[in-house]
Amino acid sequence: MNPFKLLLLAVGLVALFVAPIGQGNYIIYTLNSWLLFSIAAMGLNLTLGYAGQVSLAQAGFMGIGAYVTALMTLAGIHWIFAAVLAISSCFLVGLMLGYPALRVQHHFLAFVTLAFNTLLFLVLRNEEEMTGGSLGLVGMPRPDIFGLSTGGNLQFYYFTLVCFVCAAGVMWWILRSPWGRAFMALRENPIRAESLGLKVRRQTLLAFAIGSAFGGLAGAIQAPLVQFIEPHSFGLIHSLKLLLMVVVGGSGFFFGPMLGAAVVILLPEVLRFTEGYYLIIYSALVIVLMAYSPGGLIGLGQKLFDKFRPKQQARHDLKQGVQL
Amino acid sequence: MTETILSVHNISKQFGGIHAVSNVSFDVKRGEILGLIGPNGSGKSTLFNCILGQLKPSAGHCEIDGRPTDGVRPADLSLMGVGRTFQQLSVFPKMTVLDNVLLSGQEHEGSMLSRLFGPGDAGLTKKAEQLIEFFRLTPYRDTEAGSLSYGQQKLVDAAMAFMAGPGIVLLDEPAGGVNLTMLTHLKDRLMTYNREHGTTFVVIEHNMEFVMSLCTRIIVLAEGELIAEGTPEEVRSNQTVIDAYLGG
Repeated sequence: MNPFKLLLLAVGLVALFVAPIGQGNYIIYTLNSWLLFSIAAMGLNLTLGYAGQVSLAQAGFMGIGAYVTALMTLAGIHWIFAAVLAISSCFLVGLMLGYPALRVQHHFLAFVTLAFNTLLFLVLRNEEEMTGGSLGLVGMPRPDIFGLSTGGNLQFYYFTLVCFVCAAGVMWWILRSPWGRAFMALRENPIRAESLGLKVRRQTLLAFAIGSAFGGLAGAIQAPLVQFIEPHSFGLIHSLKLLLMVVVGGSGFFFGPMLGAAVVILLPEVLRFTEGYYLIIYSALVIVLMAYSPGGLIGLGQKLFDKFRPKQQARHDLKQGVQL
Repeated sequence: MTETILSVHNISKQFGGIHAVSNVSFDVKRGEILGLIGPNGSGKSTLFNCILGQLKPSAGHCEIDGRPTDGVRPADLSLMGVGRTFQQLSVFPKMTVLDNVLLSGQEHEGSMLSRLFGPGDAGLTKKAEQLIEFFRLTPYRDTEAGSLSYGQQKLVDAAMAFMAGPGIVLLDEPAGGVNLTMLTHLKDRLMTYNREHGTTFVVIEHNMEFVMSLCTRIIVLAEGELIAEGTPEEVRSNQTVIDAYLGG
């Protein structure tokens, strides 16, 4: 990473640190939501953006994470252990959901994952004894982490921020490793990748499992943040919202999901002054963006950067003196 | 180590009532460059896919270094030391040339966990750069492969096939769609690589000039049957081959 990028990263982290200071509870809650949805969208970005596997089940994994955490913390188990179990459960379920991806692709796979999300919703709603049914679960405690309370809204924001930074660090590590390259190969040309020794089946399952685990972490944070969960919070509409975050931000770009989550979570707040028109404006902006830049906002930024970059470049082949 | 690296034993492949390949047998010696030619529909690609385990032969079997390839998945074949290129361009277009070449070697290095926790390049950058330099692609090291010309992408494709240091590489129409200058360059690189590393090549090709000047031995297929085998000079003057090509 060059010094300019490091500086930008440092500025970004400072901005995240100071953003909630002096703000009211609602703004802090909105920022918190943005961070946790960014974590879930980061996971979906790995599955969809990098590995090319369509998934409409990410909210379902948030649901698994949230319910596992809620049930355990309500039983008196510390959040850290609950979160570890929530993440592991999502990893395993994601691994299983990956199996259909070995047989079907694209829109067929989208329907398989959609069916899974719907099935999960029904289980959460109907298994009343365990999940509380439509009434959900309430009163999940906010944890003390190493003696530090996260009970206040500002404290919980910093707790979420630490989780977000750790999750982003793990994602960066995966993507910079040969695994990251293998995920991209899976997206671009799986037949060629397999001929080069890549175990396509294993890598596909890992793409689902790791992406789902990020959803589990987001759910594990959502449970103590909202302190109330119910099945509708993890329905199909939320999976579509997460898909929108990844696509609008820039699918396959590291910062795409963060930017996309900011647009989906924060833009409606910014457009609130337009009253009844905000959804129309919001939808129109998304349509225009997708039509002009399928690479999302980051893709748009790259397009603009390329447009204003100096046009004349030395031809490498002539410089080398070989007529290729 | 035996002298024969690839043995094809009585391979036949039928699609319904059509005999795409009929009872073809041949051996490929270590270090040789074997050409596989024939008119369109002669069964070259079907035979190629049978050798590479992508099609299950109706009869017969293949061995690479004495190990049968039946039912072996392409990834495992690669780990057995078999490289290949495809008829269509098959680089990873959104990845840089360096990443394309690194990816081609990384699965052969270390374990799954070491590939996650170890260095991002799996310790292969130097080797990849040498290969990129060998194919004279150094100026494009950090360029997205998809933005290169067709011929340059063919070179990247070849570099990828060689990255894991395979004992045998099967090249499916490497000259297809490549201009004359690039073709000369590609041929030179393949011959040099064969000379320096002793790697065996099996080449399917339609470009007679290319295949005659590259290969040390040529096998000719027509209507799924092996009709001739010999040096380029012998094949060029073989009446059966001339008839098969001219429809005589």
